[in-house]
Amino acid sequence: MPFPYNDIVLEHFRNPHNVGSIANPDGKATEGSPACGDMVSVYLKVDQETKKITDIKFESYGCASNIATGSIITELAKGKTLDEAKEITWKEASDALGGLPPIKAHCSVLAVEGLKSAIQNYEEKQGLSTNNETTTEEVVRKKLKRVMNPMKGLDMVATNLIKEIEVKDGIIRVVVDLPENHQFAANIKEESKERLENLWDINKVIIEFEK
Amino acid sequence: MKQEKIYLDNASTTRLDERVFAAMKPYYFDNYAVATSEFGYSQGLEARETLSEARTSIAASLGAEPEEFIFTSGNTESSNLALKGVAKNLGVKKGKHMIVSKIEDFPVLQTAKELEKEGFEVDYLDVDEDGLIVMNQLEALLRDDTILVSIQHGNQEIGTIQDVAAIGALCKEKNVLFHTDATYTFTRIPLDVNKINVDLITVSAHTIHGPKGIGGLYVKKGTPILKIMDGGFQEFNLRAGIENIPGAVGFAKAVDLVTPEENKRLSEIRDKIIALIFKKIPLVILNGHPDKRLPQNANITFHYVEGESITLHLDMYGIAVSTGSACFSRSLEASHVMMAIGGDHERAHGSVRFTFGRYNTMEEIDFVVDTLARIIEDLRRISPLGKKGGE
Repeated sequence: MPFPYNDIVLEHFRNPHNVGSIANPDGKATEGSPACGDMVSVYLKVDQETKKITDIKFESYGCASNIATGSIITELAKGKTLDEAKEITWKEASDALGGLPPIKAHCSVLAVEGLKSAIQNYEEKQGLSTNNETTTEEVVRKKLKRVMNPMKGLDMVATNLIKEIEVKDGIIRVVVDLPENHQFAANIKEESKERLENLWDINKVIIEFEK
Repeated sequence: MKQEKIYLDNASTTRLDERVFAAMKPYYFDNYAVATSEFGYSQGLEARETLSEARTSIAASLGAEPEEFIFTSGNTESSNLALKGVAKNLGVKKGKHMIVSKIEDFPVLQTAKELEKEGFEVDYLDVDEDGLIVMNQLEALLRDDTILVSIQHGNQEIGTIQDVAAIGALCKEKNVLFHTDATYTFTRIPLDVNKINVDLITVSAHTIHGPKGIGGLYVKKGTPILKIMDGGFQEFNLRAGIENIPGAVGFAKAVDLVTPEENKRLSEIRDKIIALIFKKIPLVILNGHPDKRLPQNANITFHYVEGESITLHLDMYGIAVSTGSACFSRSLEASHVMMAIGGDHERAHGSVRFTFGRYNTMEEIDFVVDTLARIIEDLRRISPLGKKGGE
């Protein structure tokens, strides 16, 4: 029977590892996708000396891919240093799960985002990071690397979905190389807006499609 | 782990009834001729007679004349024909404005969107929290150039039944054609064209244990409509193509087999699952109208958990259901029906649709709810939102 999930994914979905929360976490973040409604929280305990992740837990209000990725990403991050953990990509998580359906990439990428944000939260608390860089076309491009193209299971940048980016007077305009009545147009629009709207110097985000 | 299969997705489609299959079989193997003209050979004449009998019988179930019932390939084609066929005719003669509800099934909704691209103007009518259209809004939207109102009889997801009698009366008063998609109500909820004003009705066989690939459109005598697919002159010159005689025979048989007792039994199964879920699982809401509801539909949102996760867990126990969650859909968009009644993703995200048919039993419902209660508890344990609800 053709089934979208393999046995590793199903096992992590059925019996997810590292589920729950941590009291007084050193780092914590919740990532949500208003476009699909999924949500992930990640909690960290970090060794101050070695900067290694000593404990990690997650919670999920999401679908099977989201839960399975939360499980695998926490396994991958445990024991790693923060710098190593930051480098874990969705692709690695997906590979460790034996592959995920491309259409589900956007649900599972949230767990990876959750981990990155929890690390960022730790670093901000420790005064290790400040972020007030000016938003440029490059910054926008970098942010859009976190928006998945559901047709491919790769991000928008890697799959050449971005036709044009303009940043001017606090307004970002992105032209997406898809017809506006495309099956995934609404999804991509919402996910892109979500990634760009909270940039500190941006007031408005316009996502356009081909007529 | 896998038990006997429990199929609770009868709104998507149903299992064919053996008696329907038996009625159809001779028209594949014994007499497979086309319905010829009245001057044709005897096998063709017999086929013609068979088709006419099936038509007469289905039309009669709506209180209609045989000439008012057109066979199609299913509800998608029927609704396409209703909207595009009227648009093709009245678009030139009367106007280019239509009104449809926001919670229509895709055949009506997507056809309306296509017509917009061709220069028609479409208003999408709101519904209230129970899924009922807002009558005042409909009245206010009707114009001199409105050519068609298309509002479904019963909803595919939340099961809400619209007051088609009131909508039909208003349309008649304003001299506007009224189409209703009755795919989910046909034979389940009475609909008599002599009692209510309706010009076009979409119906289908596959939702009532009939064969897939056949449906029909009731077209009231004198309705200004044109064919949308070119070819032969079949179906009173409204639907070209060789007639699906085995399908028509199966459709007629399927209509015959639905009884008021069966509909009552389905409503009892529905009431049981709703009552049991409310009793055994906290933090749930019923989607759709509490009383004005299809006998075969229950739709429930489980707070703080996601629908695809629920359906996948249920599938491991052999239970088939559907959800309005975006994660489940082909377009990654949350159900437009759930968005229309709730206005937020939360309601759609944890919604599960249970739809019943002839082969479901009361015993199955006990097993389903017990299984469901465990699954929801497990998923809430891992949800970041579960605790907020006072669990």
